[in-house]
Amino acid sequence: MNFDFSDDQKFLRDEARKFLEAQCTSAHVRAVLDDDGMSHNDEVWQKIVEMGWLGAAIPEEYGGLGLGMLELCVIAEELGRVLAPVPFGSSAYFFAETIKLAGSDEQKAEWLPKVADGSIVGCLATTEGPGALSASNVHTTAKDGVLSGTKVPVTDGDIATHAVVLAKEGSGAGLYVVALDQDGVSRTSLKTIEPTRSHAEITFNNASATRLVPQEGNGLKPYEGNGMVLLEQIMDRAAVLLAFEQLGGASRCLEMATDYAKERHAFGRPIGGNQAIKHKLADIYVKNEVARSNAYYGAWALSTDAAELPEAAAAARVAASEAFWFASKENIQTHGGMGFTWEVDCHLYYRRAKLLAVQAGSPAVWKEKLVSALETKNAA
Amino acid sequence: MDFTDTTEEAAFRAEANAFLSQHLEPKKAAAIRSGRREDYLQRAKDWQKVKAENRFAQITWPKEIGGRGGSPMQQVIWNQEESKFDAPIGPFAIGLGMCVPTVIAFGSDDHKKRYVQKALFGEEIWCQLFSEPAAGSDVAGLKTKAVKDGDDWVINGQKVWTSGAHYSDYGILLVRTDPDVPKHKGLTMFIVDMKQEGVDVRPIHQASGGSEFNEVYFTDVRIPDSDRLGEPGMGWKVALVTLMNERLAVGGSPGPDWAEIMDYARSSGSMSDQAFRAKLADWYVAAQGYKLTKFRTQTALSKGETPGPENSIGKVITANHLQDICNSAIEMQDHYGIISDKDKAPADAIFQESFMWAPGLRIAGGTDEILKNIIAERVLGLPQDVRVDKDKPFSAF
Ligand SMILES: Cc1cc2nc3c(=O)[nH]c(=O)nc-3n(C[C@H](O)[C@H](O)[C@H](O)COP(=O)(O)OP(=O)(O)OC[C@H]3O[C@@H](n4cnc5c(N)ncnc54)[C@H](O)[C@@H]3O)c2cc1C
Repeated sequence: MNFDFSDDQKFLRDEARKFLEAQCTSAHVRAVLDDDGMSHNDEVWQKIVEMGWLGAAIPEEYGGLGLGMLELCVIAEELGRVLAPVPFGSSAYFFAETIKLAGSDEQKAEWLPKVADGSIVGCLATTEGPGALSASNVHTTAKDGVLSGTKVPVTDGDIATHAVVLAKEGSGAGLYVVALDQDGVSRTSLKTIEPTRSHAEITFNNASATRLVPQEGNGLKPYEGNGMVLLEQIMDRAAVLLAFEQLGGASRCLEMATDYAKERHAFGRPIGGNQAIKHKLADIYVKNEVARSNAYYGAWALSTDAAELPEAAAAARVAASEAFWFASKENIQTHGGMGFTWEVDCHLYYRRAKLLAVQAGSPAVWKEKLVSALETKNAA
Repeated sequence: MDFTDTTEEAAFRAEANAFLSQHLEPKKAAAIRSGRREDYLQRAKDWQKVKAENRFAQITWPKEIGGRGGSPMQQVIWNQEESKFDAPIGPFAIGLGMCVPTVIAFGSDDHKKRYVQKALFGEEIWCQLFSEPAAGSDVAGLKTKAVKDGDDWVINGQKVWTSGAHYSDYGILLVRTDPDVPKHKGLTMFIVDMKQEGVDVRPIHQASGGSEFNEVYFTDVRIPDSDRLGEPGMGWKVALVTLMNERLAVGGSPGPDWAEIMDYARSSGSMSDQAFRAKLADWYVAAQGYKLTKFRTQTALSKGETPGPENSIGKVITANHLQDICNSAIEMQDHYGIISDKDKAPADAIFQESFMWAPGLRIAGGTDEILKNIIAERVLGLPQDVRVDKDKPFSAF
């Protein structure tokens, strides 16, 4: 039994934390928050690109560092702690992981090196309207390499150079890579509750698109024109990475709330001396530990391609969504009036917590996935 | 990250499993109830003896005192394997988990010779006499007093909620020896013979219907000074060692879990209820989170680190969920859910029985509130609660 990250991975975490604390401060995040025209912090982004983190889990033959999924998890947690205002997740967890899973060797060779060196930025475009994603609410169509329809919202859709787009094809659905700088694509930025990450509405009007064709024998279920099946697997992988970002955010909220509870005095002593506050913070701690353990299990399943991945990913995502939501709202409450001001960072975590909770399917969707997986497993 | 056993761990697991299969039946869901069977105590003593003879009792204890001299990891593996079988271990949990380790830590060589072997081989059972009617969460506020008389101490007072006192041979007893100093400073710990004159054990009828715990009255009970554990006035320090072991020992959920309610929901058609499915996901995530947190603790143990405060989260999670799961299972049965007759109720009334037991689980071994205080103060470093009696003599209150 060795249910922990290795010393090398812990070293990477410490280095990443030091780097981000210096290079991605609250001021960097706020620069994006306070400027409507700013989609992300390019200064921070360029430094992250230089660190090579985008290629952490991309094989060396495709220009990556070839470290592995556990290392990507470690980085994700640190990016989550500082609310990095950059399209890292879109490019690394969604775009690159999709190409890794669903692309042919040629497709991998075409895009992965460019993701790794930052010369392209990818995103994933699936949603078209309110409600959980299903085959029946995808209206974007693809035929003979031409794609039309509207995706909204697309996280990082106005920064990205390329998108993986889910589209109807015949009676099924397929995944397509679309270059976003072509004539057939128009995009507008959206106002959202989380302005430190940009979102766009993207309309495709006979845009030229490349269908992803997975190589046989990489552990994938048969593709058979059903992009929804493929998407499930992509989401399972992304869910674990997002869970680490959420965990990073939730841990930071607990630290902020605990520090404030020790400093702020009322009725002649620190507010953290009162049980209503102490027990609230203990509750955050318990939820965070539950989330951390589930996230570690997800990381293990992800890094070993274990058969347990679907339920491990779902459990990680459910636990992390709950932990970050709870920690972010109670962090504001613990800060009192200060917590509700623009100047204090609490609301940034509250915003990010909600984005991450719905970005790859809401907690209700993942609870349902989890229970279905348990049902299938226990039927055997 | 790696969930597989090392070669040595796998070998030990196989050895443990072979031994267990030779002596016990695999656990069935309903075996949770076996605690109430008439012959349970005798079965428990027999099993303890077999374990001790084969050095599977108290794996980490040194060989000289009858243990295996094994690693904490081996103890964890043993516990995991033993829990798959219908092992009657209840009556020894408090003695071997908390009392005897306290005797080992603070007792004389004579004490160790006299008591440890017998407890280990299941010949003598121990109980923990801390709580009193006016001192539960605030254990140090206890009033049972000991007065020195020659070479003896004379004990008078009352303990309460003493689990297993009715079948125990010995107990560790925390009493007040000096009321004129602040409460934590005037306590002393003793070993007490539960069968001696002046010790009166009266079963308490529990809310759940059973009688696992007792009131214990002490009237002019004499304890020789040689049966003192630690110096006079040092009882709190001794008690903390017991309580620390208690927090390690408690935490598992002895009752139906997410898997059992899922089984039941499938047979009863409730799996189509969306609200139920969402709750089931939450229970799974919490149970899995706690299980995996223990794996993290084990990893730390196997690297030679001391277990951290992760353990206090176990009880907060599991006791609450047990209560919640049983509540849902009953509501799922609608009006029929109140029936606790094993022959008529689905799943042998396991849910009804645990529903009635769960409130006690949230209190025993420290209430949810006290455990959250521990997390807040010792893990997060928040200020201690206001303790108005802290620096004043106990007799002033
Ligand atoms: C099944 C069972 C078995 C037990 N076995 C044993 C045993 O073998 N030996 C033994 O010595 N004891 C035993 N106990 C006693 C147990 O340790 C106490 O019941 C427990 O510590 C609570 O004390 P109390 O019952 O006096 O409740 P109280 O301390 O009176 O608590 C009442 C309520 O007040 C809350 N409260 C108290 N202090 C605080 C505080 N500072 N902050 C916030 N809330 C607070 C509690 O959380 C609780 O909700 C057992 C109890 C049970 C239920």
